[in-house]
Amino acid sequence: MHIPDGYLSPSTCASLYAGATPFWVVSLQKMKRRLNTQAVPLLSLFAAFSFVIMMFNLPLPGGTTGHAVGVAIAAIVLGPWGSILAISVALVIQAIFFGDGGVTAIGANCFNMAIVGSLVAYAVYRLIAGRTPIESPRRVIAAAAAGYCAINASALMAALEFGIQPMLFHDASGAPLYAPYPLRIAVPAMMIGHLTIAGLAEMIVSGGVVAYLQRAEPALLKTTAPGAGVGREPVSMRPLWIALALLLILTPLGILAAGAAWGEWVPDDFSTPQTRQQIAAVSGNEAAPAQAPAGLQKLATIWTAPMPRYAPPILKSAQLGYLLSAMLGAGLIALACMGGAWIFTRLRS
Amino acid sequence: MTFVERTIGSLSNGMNFAALADDSTRFQGGILERVDPRIKVVGILAMIASVAATHSLLAIAAVFLLTASLAVASRISLADLARWVWTPVLLFTGCIALPAIFITPGAPVHGSWPVTQQGVRTAAYLLLRAETAVSLSTLLVLTTRWAHILKALRVLRLPVVFVVILGMTYRYLFLILQTALDMFESRKSRTVGVLEAPDRRRLAAATVGVLLSKSYHLSTDVHLAMQSRGFRGEVYMLDDFEAQPLDWCWLFFFFAVAATVIWVGR
Repeated sequence: MHIPDGYLSPSTCASLYAGATPFWVVSLQKMKRRLNTQAVPLLSLFAAFSFVIMMFNLPLPGGTTGHAVGVAIAAIVLGPWGSILAISVALVIQAIFFGDGGVTAIGANCFNMAIVGSLVAYAVYRLIAGRTPIESPRRVIAAAAAGYCAINASALMAALEFGIQPMLFHDASGAPLYAPYPLRIAVPAMMIGHLTIAGLAEMIVSGGVVAYLQRAEPALLKTTAPGAGVGREPVSMRPLWIALALLLILTPLGILAAGAAWGEWVPDDFSTPQTRQQIAAVSGNEAAPAQAPAGLQKLATIWTAPMPRYAPPILKSAQLGYLLSAMLGAGLIALACMGGAWIFTRLRS
Repeated sequence: MTFVERTIGSLSNGMNFAALADDSTRFQGGILERVDPRIKVVGILAMIASVAATHSLLAIAAVFLLTASLAVASRISLADLARWVWTPVLLFTGCIALPAIFITPGAPVHGSWPVTQQGVRTAAYLLLRAETAVSLSTLLVLTTRWAHILKALRVLRLPVVFVVILGMTYRYLFLILQTALDMFESRKSRTVGVLEAPDRRRLAAATVGVLLSKSYHLSTDVHLAMQSRGFRGEVYMLDDFEAQPLDWCWLFFFFAVAATVIWVGR
């Protein structure tokens, strides 16, 4: 994830320095305003802590190990602005003194890990944790998800930066001057490792540390938990139900979409001229086979859904059918979740 | 090797490199050691930027050779440089650059070989740039005390408070590294047998948590100590560097090399 020198063009590096600067300035102002004299020692110690965390080898499921950045922990304990500064300082020291990440790429690395990482981690944590009490297990899940999303968002940024290099910068012979792989290679190459190993490392360390802090030092979690309840107050589900109802009402909008979903065809579609045209249109004008493939034909009849294509046979109106299907589906999922929660509660007690 | 041992190894390496680089007597008397840190920071950054900007492999190779020569003149052993910088960079960047030799579209190097000329050039760009840039920054770090580098960053117009945070981070980095190392070593000395995977993960998370808690409390103590010494939020820095005529000659040399490299590979 630490981009070394020579992988990004000077103009990309300059753009990312320019993109990172306003965040650094705002963070510094906000932290000085919030903490006054405490900002300097707090940020310094957290930067040193983040630096050391990046050296930890974390045991992962499957017997492998991985490194974490600690961006979600910093965002949860310090808030996004403090985290941006602490992680940036750690990255600057890594680049200058340890050669981990390039000097010209400090702006890019800070933008990806410190800025994008911190903001994504904070947003995901706040979204999932909501106003739950400090000791709620939901906060552990929120921290784990925040770590996972943050590291993957950072990796995606780095992959995009790598991927655009060969498109924009090459010499007279056409040889790429910097990172040589286009987006179609750079994005999967970066993301496979981060969606699995690195993401898992960040997830484990973020969730694990918040679980530890809930028991040992809950005060450290209060900065980013405004309005967190005391004790185990029930969390209001009303906004969720309202949002769900709204989504249910809007489901018939799906009918307005033109064309057919690619790959979701049934055997009859191959013999209907209008659907054949739609298939060809979304398949690069490649005509569909004259008949449905034999395997599809055979397997498609194994199970017949009671409401095929979200259109209950008893209803003539497609809109009403969609609405009814959505209500039924959401109801069944809610029932399954409630049943699962009931069983889980019984097992725990 | 268990994850505890791996982490101890990782932390020890960090400590050793930091201690080595901060040993002010190690490269005393070397040619670059005597140069004003501000001149070195600006000059070496200009050289790194020129290596990134140039389109000439020969120019990058020339800077690489110049860097190796400056290292020798600064009493840095090339064997050490090869061990600390060249080999790790070769392995890391080499692994990334290698497939490019085959998959970059272009004219084959010979007959129907799958290796293309453009692929070889792009791999060479990547490898040479990475090796040269890391060698240059290592040269800066090994010939200048860390505290001086941080102070010299002021010439880049970084805010004083940012430079102070960098300086304090660097100072407490050793302490936190040592604390983490002590925690893992004490845990290792108390562990009999092999820890199960979930226990290992719990141990790692709890160690990070304890370290976080210690860092936070230490920051509070440091804050109180700073306040008791009169700190009210305003940061001042003693700027005691004084450039000599020879330092300006060095600055001219660095800029001349950087300009030539960019001009040759424009």
